[in-house]
Amino acid sequence: MIHSLEAHACPVPDSGDSATITLAHGEGGRLMRRLIREHILTSIGNEFLTVLGDAAILPPLAGPLALSTDSFVVTPLFFPGGDIGSLAVYGTVNDIAVAGAVPRWMSLAWIIEEGLPVGTLIRVLASIADAAARTGVRVVTGDTKVVPRGTADLLYLNTTGVGEFIHAPPPGPAALVPGDRILVSGPIGRHGMAVMTCREGLAFQPPPTSDSAPLMDAVAALREANLPIRAIRDATRGGVAAVLHEWAEMSHRTLSIDENRLPVTPAVFGACEVLGLDPLFVANEGTMVVATTQESASDVLEVLHSVPETDQATVIGEVTDRAIAPVVVRRSLGRPMPLDEPLGAPLPRIC
Amino acid sequence: MKYVDEYRDPNQCEQLVDTIQRTASRVWTIMEVCGGQTHGLLRHGIDQALEKKVHLIHGPGCPVCVTPLESIDFAIELAERPDIMLTSFGDMLRVPGSRTSLLRARAAGAQVRIVYSPLDAVQMAVTNRDRQVVFFAVGFETTAPATALAVQQANRLALRNFSLLAAHVRVLPVMEMLAASDSNLVQGFLAAGHVCTVTGSNCYEAFANRHQIPVVVTGFEPVDLLLGILECVRQLERGEARVRNCYPRSVHAAGNLQAMAAIDDVFEPCDRPWRGIGIVPLGGFRLRTQWARFDASERFPRTVQPARESPDCRAGDVLMGRIKPTECDCFGTTCTPENPLGAPMVSAEGACAAYYRFKSQGTRSGVDLHGIWKQ
Repeated sequence: MIHSLEAHACPVPDSGDSATITLAHGEGGRLMRRLIREHILTSIGNEFLTVLGDAAILPPLAGPLALSTDSFVVTPLFFPGGDIGSLAVYGTVNDIAVAGAVPRWMSLAWIIEEGLPVGTLIRVLASIADAAARTGVRVVTGDTKVVPRGTADLLYLNTTGVGEFIHAPPPGPAALVPGDRILVSGPIGRHGMAVMTCREGLAFQPPPTSDSAPLMDAVAALREANLPIRAIRDATRGGVAAVLHEWAEMSHRTLSIDENRLPVTPAVFGACEVLGLDPLFVANEGTMVVATTQESASDVLEVLHSVPETDQATVIGEVTDRAIAPVVVRRSLGRPMPLDEPLGAPLPRIC
Repeated sequence: MKYVDEYRDPNQCEQLVDTIQRTASRVWTIMEVCGGQTHGLLRHGIDQALEKKVHLIHGPGCPVCVTPLESIDFAIELAERPDIMLTSFGDMLRVPGSRTSLLRARAAGAQVRIVYSPLDAVQMAVTNRDRQVVFFAVGFETTAPATALAVQQANRLALRNFSLLAAHVRVLPVMEMLAASDSNLVQGFLAAGHVCTVTGSNCYEAFANRHQIPVVVTGFEPVDLLLGILECVRQLERGEARVRNCYPRSVHAAGNLQAMAAIDDVFEPCDRPWRGIGIVPLGGFRLRTQWARFDASERFPRTVQPARESPDCRAGDVLMGRIKPTECDCFGTTCTPENPLGAPMVSAEGACAAYYRFKSQGTRSGVDLHGIWKQ
């Protein structure tokens, strides 16, 4: 009899909490709570997040606020020099920092494709925790959704950052005048080439590594040095060329760049040569463009060189009255040649 | 970086410009055959630096630009079939067909994958046995050897789900067509360095002799380009018509014998329509009969009708060097890299895109019309 009962017992439901994320993790029940408690709170918890309320209740800030939102959909999730987790934190922090504010808090929303290994999630969380600790930004609210396999690419992250203006921000690109100097904070094109070569399985040796890094310390150092900064922008998608075009448009000036002054690592240079790409158009994730006065350029360089993330900062050009094109590059013959605007993602050339 | 920095040296560039100016006693008309060379000349402003002594005509050597509309339409039709994964090189994706591009087709759900080598397409066929993988093979003799190797590899692996949409083209026949044209004013050719890496330079001897025209094998960096132009100008001044190799770090007179053998094993020359130019006798490669089982146009029925080019687009005149891109009424107005009417506005190597990129924006009227073709 007992034997028979056992034979007809309902099967124990699959808890689904073993090695991979299932749809059940996203549906607000026990699995979800366990995921949050065991993994998320242990790595990035703080007094605001641990409450697990519908909204984070935050103390008032003295200055005006900066608010910035971003989504991270990088493939592969892990690449030389970084991963989606640190990228999400640094990307959020950098948007706030280059706007002239001090990053304080951020939200973090996960869109997870069913089947993502829990181990992958834990690795990303560890990276987020490290990046948050490095920058001092606190993850104060979040969300987790799981979508059916095939409707997302493993993992997407969405963030919103909140920063506080303690000092007035730089006036911005409209204030550029002829003679101003243009700087980049480090070698360009690293993130885009790192991700592209990794994604496409191109075996460059050494492989290009991403520049993914926080820029808040460099921006803070510039502010503390009280130097006349005209504008700061992180050169993400579209690369340095996109920033130059935006500034040229807003200032009605021409931005003139010297090709032989552009800092490019041998790995990025080689990969770009092989694929027929121009590093000026390739994305960065921890490199900014700075405009300052002619007189202050060397002081700005000195300050940037004192910060580890920007110790290879270089002057790459200057602002002139509007010339033949909004942005020009001087190449081998020293003639100013127009630089066009980035058009979508760069596609490798045939030969 | 070795092999790059020394060929971009500003001092050497200035010296070469100066030497060319002093060597040329009159204005010479020289055609750079390859789109990569056009890109380099315009990117560095070499055409402007030399404009008092050298008129540069931009040749038809952009393989993406000359791929016929009907091939692109057929590639798109294949990509839209649910059982087919279409693979090609990156800059082929933006080229407009008659109704859409591969990039737009991909956005609409077609399976289109960028590959960096034809062998990657073979690998995709290995890992996607339930799908037909078609490689849209474009390019001159430069890329044809790798395509040939891909076919040989697919044969070794006995793959039944790999095939080729072969649109490879050959450079010498189109140069022959240009040089033989009554309206030709080209006085010297800069032969395409990458193509010559495969074919060698010997193959131009008979051509140079027959047409009494210098052929200088030329690379792509500014110093390479200036050295090629200088050699061409020197020959023209002396009344010579020789084949000279100014790209010896890459090109040998006999070429790459293994690469040529791979091409010869898999392909045979055939007449081929070039977009904007028309049929070029022996201007293309097709699969030899014994490899026909890898021919996508045999394997899959074609339903698209041959399409007509935009009547306003003058890509053919540009590709044949009859006009500069800026002389086309559509240039920069109805035809831009965002909305190209013709292929030369798409590829990084296309003459129209190179002009759009590197010439003063919004100053079309300032461009000198050289009048290099006889009426």
